[in-house]
Amino acid sequence: MTNETINKNNFKKDIIIAGVGGQGIVSIASAIGYATLESKLFFKQSEVHGMSQRGGEVQSHFRIANYPIQSDLIPIGNADLIISVEPLEALRYVNYLAPDGWIITNSVPYNNITNYPDLVQVHNEIKSFKNSILFDADSEARKIGSVKAANMVLLGAASEFLGIQFEMFENAIKTLFGRKGDKIIDMNLKALARGKEIFHFNM
Amino acid sequence: MRKLPLLGDEAIAQAAIDAGITSIYAYPGTPSTEITEYVQKSKQFREHQIIAQWCANEKTAMEAAIGVSYTGKRSMTCMKHVGLNVAADPFMNSAITGANGGLVVVSADDPSMHSSQNEQDSRYFGKFAQIPVLEPHDQQEAYDMVHYAFNLSEKFQTPVLLRITTRLAHSRSGVTLKDSTAQNTLKLPDDLQRFVLLPALAKKRYKILLDNQVNFLQESLHSGFNRLIQGVDKSLGIIVSGIAFNYLMENFQHKNLPFPILKIGQYPIPNELIRNFVNEVDEVLILEEGYPLIEEQLLGFLGIGKNVHGKFDATVPRAGELNPNLVAKALKFPEVKMNTVPEFLVNRPPQLCAGCPHIDTYNALNDALSEFTQGRVMSDIGCYTLGALPPFNTINSCVDMGASITMAKGASDAGLRPVVSVIGDSTFIHSGITGLIDCVTYNTPITIIILDNETTAMTGGQKSLALGRLESVVLGTGLDPDHLHIIDPRKKFHSENVEIFKKELSYEGVSVVIARRECIVAIDQIKKELQSIAVSKNI
Repeated sequence: MTNETINKNNFKKDIIIAGVGGQGIVSIASAIGYATLESKLFFKQSEVHGMSQRGGEVQSHFRIANYPIQSDLIPIGNADLIISVEPLEALRYVNYLAPDGWIITNSVPYNNITNYPDLVQVHNEIKSFKNSILFDADSEARKIGSVKAANMVLLGAASEFLGIQFEMFENAIKTLFGRKGDKIIDMNLKALARGKEIFHFNM
Repeated sequence: MRKLPLLGDEAIAQAAIDAGITSIYAYPGTPSTEITEYVQKSKQFREHQIIAQWCANEKTAMEAAIGVSYTGKRSMTCMKHVGLNVAADPFMNSAITGANGGLVVVSADDPSMHSSQNEQDSRYFGKFAQIPVLEPHDQQEAYDMVHYAFNLSEKFQTPVLLRITTRLAHSRSGVTLKDSTAQNTLKLPDDLQRFVLLPALAKKRYKILLDNQVNFLQESLHSGFNRLIQGVDKSLGIIVSGIAFNYLMENFQHKNLPFPILKIGQYPIPNELIRNFVNEVDEVLILEEGYPLIEEQLLGFLGIGKNVHGKFDATVPRAGELNPNLVAKALKFPEVKMNTVPEFLVNRPPQLCAGCPHIDTYNALNDALSEFTQGRVMSDIGCYTLGALPPFNTINSCVDMGASITMAKGASDAGLRPVVSVIGDSTFIHSGITGLIDCVTYNTPITIIILDNETTAMTGGQKSLALGRLESVVLGTGLDPDHLHIIDPRKKFHSENVEIFKKELSYEGVSVVIARRECIVAIDQIKKELQSIAVSKNI
């Protein structure tokens, strides 16, 4: 979708970003934030802070629209997309997902609990959703340079879906990682581009 | 006009900067922490135009803010809801002294107890103190209200309370900034006895506060933060406050909103607006996050002869925060279709980070206590409260800041031996010192373990005021130095740490064991802080 069509219609994207504290969901949210600002859309983003950050489940509600947004929280059954850095965490919020909503998630578990469910069962449950992309973002990121960029691979996979020009996500990464030097920026840009390829491969 | 993407907390901070504050004082507490942090990142702070400090606790922060106000300059103090309990004494009395320079108190409530031990509603504290309360519904209104709050504070010479809840504190959106105001110049109160609350003088001041009530009410009626939105369908009128307004409007996004709405953003409750509104409609629905404050006052003892729906008749849940779906239910909207979360899903409770020093301390303490029955460890508020959960199951209490030491004292007085208190370094500074003085005074048999990770970790690594001088603070209470130990909580020192604990557990008097190792997450920052302390000592 181009910005032109965005401006004509009632455009909105409600996104849940999920993962475990420390997996970089804040960076995903920040990157979408910068891209949204540049595209002059309205947004509200509800973050998780405080005690729940430590190794526990974390989520962020990100709402984008071309009209003023009311609620800071996405209503149940309304999310257009769940981006998750961890497969079990993707499933935690499926009650928020709209009937035709998408799940884009990493397949690699973050196993810091003793009773983690059977991974095959987790993967099958994700695949049972009509619109889902499940892939190993960790190994894709590792190929590019560091597993740390897995979150940007996932963002890349989601980027085509958000109705914001790809260039704006690239700019967002340049802003977000600006202080960390060109090498880190390049790696994250490659991760973003790789994610986009994966999205098209899966479509 | 400049527009910035700001959290609710950050919008408040930016507004305080723009409204010309001289100082902001706080103790970290979710969901209020980012207010002070934002000011500390500002250009005005770096260039020493604004003071933004972490204080020992909310009470000292509130008092410092009153002191700034005394000089005629503007100040803000911010805290989480339970922090206002700590600051309650100066807060209540500041209503009597009144403000000179603008004085704004921010209290961030945490309905649903995401990071708190209760979900008390700070609006009651404002009513208790009989001062104006402001409750924004979004980031822009939070920004605008702070400007208004400082003007209101100076106009009526009163402190003003700004109340927000977790979601607004931690939700980001675009905020358009206003022109900034220069700081006030130093101007002491005309009456230099104004802040002297001797009974004879306090009576005069109290009369002024009571006389001001009518002014506060007029402001509530006319400020524009309480406003009527007309509707054609008068079968129902909706009174809505704070962030609940967003959830209400969400339910009418792209739809015609037939019902009249009265949006409340300022207290005391605008009685005439409410009366006229209620007279026009058949039934009333009240949506407010927190306690049913508006609902309780509207109903009184006798009701109003009309159906009023809200928290008392369970149209809206009494506990927890609101959301768009709960509001939809209150409006009797049909339930939306939703996917079912699979049954095999398990929770992922928060845990101590891998490599956290508390893990080693708890393992050593558990071993030292293994020969006794369980239930002897009073604890406190911090990351280490997770010691209540498996695999540790070490601690038996978490009530309020500092209560570990004083509750353990009580248990010891009552005959429980041995008894242990576990408290963090920042919590010890906040409210542990006074408890230790009690123990030292009566030589209470108690073993106090200060988990010194050299930072305020749970709220994100703010400066701990104990850093670099915890021993001297502890010894300053008069503790026998023979019963002060400093241990390094690491696997390799496990057995010697267990021995130290065991020895002090058997001692019939006060012992303090400082378990010191820096927070694994904040380690770089702590090293920087320690360096700057060393440099300033050498100078």
